[in-house]
Amino acid sequence: MSGTEVDPPTRPTTRPGVRFGQVSFVWRPRVVLVTLSLAAATFLMFCVSIAVGDFRLGLDRVIATILGRGDAVDEFVIMDLRMPRALAGLIVGIALGVSGALTQSLARNPLASPDVLGITGGASAVAVFLVTVSGGASAAIAGSVGLSTAALAGGLGTGLLVYALAWRRGIDGLRLILIGISANAVTQAVTTWLLATADIRDVARAQAWLVGSLDNRSWDEVRVAFWCTLVLMLVVVAIAFQFKPMHLGDEVAAGLGVRYVAVRAVLLLCAVLLAGAAVSAAGPVPFVALVAPQVAMRLVGTPTPPLAASGVLGALLLIGADLVARTALPVTLPVGVVTAAVGGPFLVYLLVRANLRQRA
Amino acid sequence: MVGSRRVAGMTGVTLRETAPARPAPATADVRRRRLVGLCVLLAALLLATVASLAVGARALSPSEVWHGLFAASDPDQRRNEIRLIVQTVRLPRTVLAIVAGIALGVGGALIQGYTRNPIADTGLVGVNAGASFAVATAIAVFGFAEPTQYVWFAVAGAGVAGAVVFGLASIGRGAGDPLTLALAGQGVTVFLAAMTTAVSLSDKAAMDALRFWNAGSVAGVGFDVIWPVAGLVALGSTAALATLPALNLLGLGDDVARGLGVDIVRTRVIGIVAVTVLAGAATAACGPIAFLGLMVAHVARYLTGPDYRWLVPYAGLLGALVLLACDIVGRVVVRPGELDAGVLVAVLGAPSFAVLVWRGRIKGL
Repeated sequence: MSGTEVDPPTRPTTRPGVRFGQVSFVWRPRVVLVTLSLAAATFLMFCVSIAVGDFRLGLDRVIATILGRGDAVDEFVIMDLRMPRALAGLIVGIALGVSGALTQSLARNPLASPDVLGITGGASAVAVFLVTVSGGASAAIAGSVGLSTAALAGGLGTGLLVYALAWRRGIDGLRLILIGISANAVTQAVTTWLLATADIRDVARAQAWLVGSLDNRSWDEVRVAFWCTLVLMLVVVAIAFQFKPMHLGDEVAAGLGVRYVAVRAVLLLCAVLLAGAAVSAAGPVPFVALVAPQVAMRLVGTPTPPLAASGVLGALLLIGADLVARTALPVTLPVGVVTAAVGGPFLVYLLVRANLRQRA
Repeated sequence: MVGSRRVAGMTGVTLRETAPARPAPATADVRRRRLVGLCVLLAALLLATVASLAVGARALSPSEVWHGLFAASDPDQRRNEIRLIVQTVRLPRTVLAIVAGIALGVGGALIQGYTRNPIADTGLVGVNAGASFAVATAIAVFGFAEPTQYVWFAVAGAGVAGAVVFGLASIGRGAGDPLTLALAGQGVTVFLAAMTTAVSLSDKAAMDALRFWNAGSVAGVGFDVIWPVAGLVALGSTAALATLPALNLLGLGDDVARGLGVDIVRTRVIGIVAVTVLAGAATAACGPIAFLGLMVAHVARYLTGPDYRWLVPYAGLLGALVLLACDIVGRVVVRPGELDAGVLVAVLGAPSFAVLVWRGRIKGL
């Protein structure tokens, strides 16, 4: 016993562990605190986003109505008119944030994002094709299943094709990303070429679709995205405990009992499908999936992108940007533009701050 | 860069007191293979150059090309026409394709080396987004409509964005540390891309011009633009080549590199400025050509191995070859129209690259 009395100064600092039956994890107060604050801020932003509009509502009435105790008028305005938009922002933000965190972690590359997995590129190419090429087939497709559905099918098709091509006795992060970048380059070239040869009026319509939007969401679109995201999130949460050791490398993860081939394959598929769910609800909103995990990582203070905080931060960014775009700006801008205009500089600020601190 | 000569060979890192008088047979063999590869690439580039002068809406024979290149004005109308085609249309775009291809290839290899990131592309230093934003602004605010008018805005935009990225990445500890550089570049790129979208959504003329500019083409630019660009590319390439031995050592990690006598900050500053100049010059003249730098850097790494002293020249030549070939193909596939080289780089290059990746030929850094 006396040996352990002498040892402590040389021991690494340890953190208290928490154990509930089979489940155990390390207690990191800052992670929990920051994630909960972000969640609270997101909920507040969600309610403010519902409250603000042509017909102003108090926050108390919004919360009461969400909890099912509002009057009929409030219920109509909130649940039928404004809720789909706010909910779409929430779902898309969470889906993109988590998808980005998964991709960046599994590829071990901060530049990776689901954008390079082909989903958004494929969806964009199909949508632009349907908008700009006016002809029998494309008009028929757009008319029968709707532009968004057709685009989503194109995006998922491209994403799954990339995934299948990257499959060689399991999924390798770098291989997936490089093939995804190739697919993205092709779809982007096709999009560019279609835009360059199209009629200028169609170009404006296509551009509007290309940056993603939360305008005029209906419950139908939101419902599909909601259930998809929910199911995928459950899968991710179920595997999340296997996920953490994978940051230490395949060998260490295998030594710790992680079936890393299966875990990586399932989680990357989840990342692809989550990005697809986001596209189905809002179109290809750019940058959120790239910026949210990196910002979340720096706020929470973890060495790798945290899943929960990335999702919550994505939602906060998206809903906040949507609110700013609707109310504060003189011109109407799509939500993706505002998200990027805020998120990009904020990421740079966090980087610079960290670098200045390290010198001090 | 003391020691780099011995370190960078295939045999590894042993710094012996008695260096072998002659390189081991395996090393000599590798070196010969690399030299032969370099010559093959040069020969292919030469062939592509001749083809580029000969192929087009009006096909010319090699002798006609020769005549068109070197003849002064000719009384015979047909031959004079050929002379005009070669000297004012085909020669500029051929020279630009080679210059821009070298710039993007060298830039792509360098940025992957300095960020230590296998998916870094030349656009990462912010120059593509900066140039696009400057073009959009030039059109929306000043009403410029002709490419010759806004090309200098593109130069300025690329330069300013590159300088901002570099400045942000070098604040505080360790100038140009790989992760900071990559993320600062990404942050600035994201911001500028959003601003460009905002401008183009609110200004029809800007949107109209940007959709052509975005395609990336080597056609339609005269020598008044090409010579300054070529000068910048020559400067950038020279600076880049000078840092290659040190870049090899940086790949071993900062501490090892410092121990071997590398001035880390100076190397990174020179290297990143070189990338910015190269990518900025190419982007300003051709528009944003994505993917080329990333692709040829990986293919060059597959051909030469990780030694940057070989990898970078290979990447430059490959870049020139690919861009020139794509420009030639673009002239003939959709006659009588043309397909932009930037589009074809992606449409033809990306699937070939994906096949290489799929067959396990492309490795990380």
